[in-house]
Amino acid sequence: MKKRTLLDEQLIFERSSPDRIGYSLPEDDIPVRDLSHDVPSDLCRLALDDFPEVSEGEIVRHFTRLSQWNVSAATTLYPLGSCTMKYNPIVNELVARLPGLAQLHPLVPDEYAQGALALLYDLERRLAEISGMDAVSLQPAAGAQGELTGMKLIRAHHQEQGRPRKKVLIPGSAHGTNPASAALCGYTVTEVPTGAGGTLEAATVAKFVDDEVAALMVTNPNTLGLFEREIVQITEVLHSRGALVYMDGANLNALMGVAKPGHMGADVIQFNLHKTFSTPHGGGGPGAGPVGVKKLLEPYLPIPRVLNEDGQYRRSEAFPRSIGKIRSFYGNFGILVRAYAYILAMGGDGLAQATRMAVLNANYLRKRLERAYEIAEDTPCMHECVFSDRSFAHAGVKTLDIAKRLLDYGFYAPTIYFPLVVSGALMIEPTETESKETLDEFADALLAIAQEIKDNPDALKNAPLLTPVSRLDETRAARRPVLRWKKL
Amino acid sequence: MRYIPHTESDIASMLATIGARSVAELFAHLPATLRSRATIDLPRGLSEAGVRARLTELATMNRVSPDVVSFLGAGAYAHFVPVVVDQIIQRSEFATAYTPYQPEVSQGTLQTIFEFQSLVATLLGLDVANASMYDGASATAEAVLMTKRLLPQRSTVLVARSLHPQYRQVVRTYLDGTSGTQIVELPWDEDGRVDFAALTRRLDNTVCSVIVGYPNVFGVIEDVAHISDATRQAGALAVTATTEALALGLLKSPGELGADIAVAEGQSFGIPMSYGGPGVGLFACRERFLRSMPGRLAGETVDQEGRRGFVLTLSTREQHIRREKATSNICTNQGLCSLAATVYLCLMGKQGLRELAERNVKKSHDALDLLQQFANCKRRFSAPFFNEFALTVPNAHAVWRRLKDQGIIAGLLLGDWYPDLKDCLLLCVTETHTREEVERLVNGLQRNG
Repeated sequence: MKKRTLLDEQLIFERSSPDRIGYSLPEDDIPVRDLSHDVPSDLCRLALDDFPEVSEGEIVRHFTRLSQWNVSAATTLYPLGSCTMKYNPIVNELVARLPGLAQLHPLVPDEYAQGALALLYDLERRLAEISGMDAVSLQPAAGAQGELTGMKLIRAHHQEQGRPRKKVLIPGSAHGTNPASAALCGYTVTEVPTGAGGTLEAATVAKFVDDEVAALMVTNPNTLGLFEREIVQITEVLHSRGALVYMDGANLNALMGVAKPGHMGADVIQFNLHKTFSTPHGGGGPGAGPVGVKKLLEPYLPIPRVLNEDGQYRRSEAFPRSIGKIRSFYGNFGILVRAYAYILAMGGDGLAQATRMAVLNANYLRKRLERAYEIAEDTPCMHECVFSDRSFAHAGVKTLDIAKRLLDYGFYAPTIYFPLVVSGALMIEPTETESKETLDEFADALLAIAQEIKDNPDALKNAPLLTPVSRLDETRAARRPVLRWKKL
Repeated sequence: MRYIPHTESDIASMLATIGARSVAELFAHLPATLRSRATIDLPRGLSEAGVRARLTELATMNRVSPDVVSFLGAGAYAHFVPVVVDQIIQRSEFATAYTPYQPEVSQGTLQTIFEFQSLVATLLGLDVANASMYDGASATAEAVLMTKRLLPQRSTVLVARSLHPQYRQVVRTYLDGTSGTQIVELPWDEDGRVDFAALTRRLDNTVCSVIVGYPNVFGVIEDVAHISDATRQAGALAVTATTEALALGLLKSPGELGADIAVAEGQSFGIPMSYGGPGVGLFACRERFLRSMPGRLAGETVDQEGRRGFVLTLSTREQHIRREKATSNICTNQGLCSLAATVYLCLMGKQGLRELAERNVKKSHDALDLLQQFANCKRRFSAPFFNEFALTVPNAHAVWRRLKDQGIIAGLLLGDWYPDLKDCLLLCVTETHTREEVERLVNGLQRNG
């Protein structure tokens, strides 16, 4: 007999039985009709044979069991660097589901959507205030789409000046989405080296800036968790040659109430509402990636935009210089509602306190871990800290092994092998919503692993041992891709 | 602040460990000129009760069913959502996880993505589907970019003018700046389908791909077989984009009809309209194009003990590995929305999705019959449609406004999108509309027409 445990859940397709159902349709109240009279049979498909036939209760059990195979930010510290896995307030889920918001059709006349439009308008203003930017578009559906939007705005600006220019400067430590977004806008990417301290130097950047440079894409704090101390001089260098500055706002959780990107000389920035503004990551989305811009770029923002005319809100497409639409309708509205609720709950002071405690937490972990792990750059960090593999590579242990072993200790793993500029990087972002006790437990686990490296490094190579499955064969998955279930 | 656990004594003891005198000292290395101006001028934070009160106030400023009767579709659809869907996606284990970088503790997310891919591939009738895109519009843009990667020498993209205008706008925005691509719009025929003669006139060896709505923005069922045949003969790629994915529960799949890539907006599958987002973009293609596909993919494999498990795979296409040479800049998928669609499609199952699609056909056609019989209006196009249809109504704008003041949204004024259809309304009828509501619409048109 096959062994069955809680750790074994078939595919839903394998639980299917002919003629079993899990649905009910609303009551039918129209006279009987002949379908083929309305839609000829030759336009219709045969039965959806590969769809499952399962009862409602079995479906609930299936997905409930699968959920238990996930570790999540609600179940444990989820210290993924650069992802800001903070607590996602439950009240945000409640308000996003209010019928007046969740059931609202995007094409209702504006007079029927005054609450939604007021919310969008106010959220734009609040994000502008937090970031020091002049105007905001909430349309981009995710951080990467925000980057794409931002680069389109920059291209539109240069185009109006006569030509779009050719190059975008990006530090090697940047997220992969930066070069990918720049390339998607038709730019070639030039990598700018960071200085000895892990940050950009204005003098170095200056050497790369010429009349073909459209923009610098810079993340601040950068992916090493370090504040770009020369940011003001750097943006001045770009501006002096007519180039602009795209600031990746993925790490905004380190800046609220401390420094505004708008004051640093950023011309455009994206906000990752699923990071800094607490909306759930959902196993990989949906997020939202609004962009904030300076006056210079405002004419190009996506349409429609929301206008406030004496307390009456309306959508307008009358922006002839706009880049157009980047997503259907107005963006991921349901996510915007959650972020708005978060900003209301926090207030200006609360947001600043979030930043202060996020940075305190990261520095605390850095301090507790630095005697066992080698910090990538030995300077004060912001909201995250990055370690290299230099303290353990000699023992034949890889960063991956440490990540896997952490799973056995009940934690999710940090971001690993990123940023690329650090050998075997371990990138830890605790966020402000973790308590000192949790940080201590996490630090203790990493310190215990450091001891294991000394005593018995082989133990790490088989980790994880306590998870639903052990290490999975990724090579096999890529070499012989099986990407869907098929009936045998 | 209730979301932040630090007490004064926690802070003091952590600062002592760090060796800093104050929290402010942790920021002392930031330029003073930035720090001095950084105060956020926003009101004090609200209690939970305060947040709920404010959002409830905003929500009640909007008007939704049953306060109004709406026949709007046009890219966002009112469908009944079984309670199970929302219960599952609210489970924190799904909602608060992130991209499954550590598969050993993310099998829940990964297996559901695999199930999602399986369902989408079947529905679209193609070999492989990805883990989802942002929405139908950006999925369409990504499909066009993919055809450009596959046929880089060809510079023209033919897009049906009857494809949802917002999808066309997003395609335009995405393509702008990619060297020398020309977008040519194809007119519709009198029956509402792509003008086939115009298509064949335009199809030559510069054409990279042909993009049509299926059903198109007028709800009309395009002759995809015919279009993809002609497209293939010209050496180009056929792409279908579906705004109302429920239609595919009944209609022949795009793959079966010869499409090379098929995309759709999956909002109809268990996701509330939520003023237009979030939804979920479905994306599938033929296997031979797999390595050019954008977006994440989950694949089956085994662990060290030979047990089945799932991982993210073929990531060498993606931005975090390939950077500027990636197939797309997309990073995440629409995880939780794809889970909602998965749960929804499993609940509906083989029989339910078909039955629901048929119900939508019958309800909308019954409504059309009543409208044409009793009100002064006529269907604009003659080709078969799914659950929405364009209706010619004399003085459409004035009639629509009068009905609106009576709490009936008589669909979309098509003139807003197509000036040449200024006397047309686009109406959508689904399983959520009662016949009584349809009768209110008919009476309203009668009285005001």
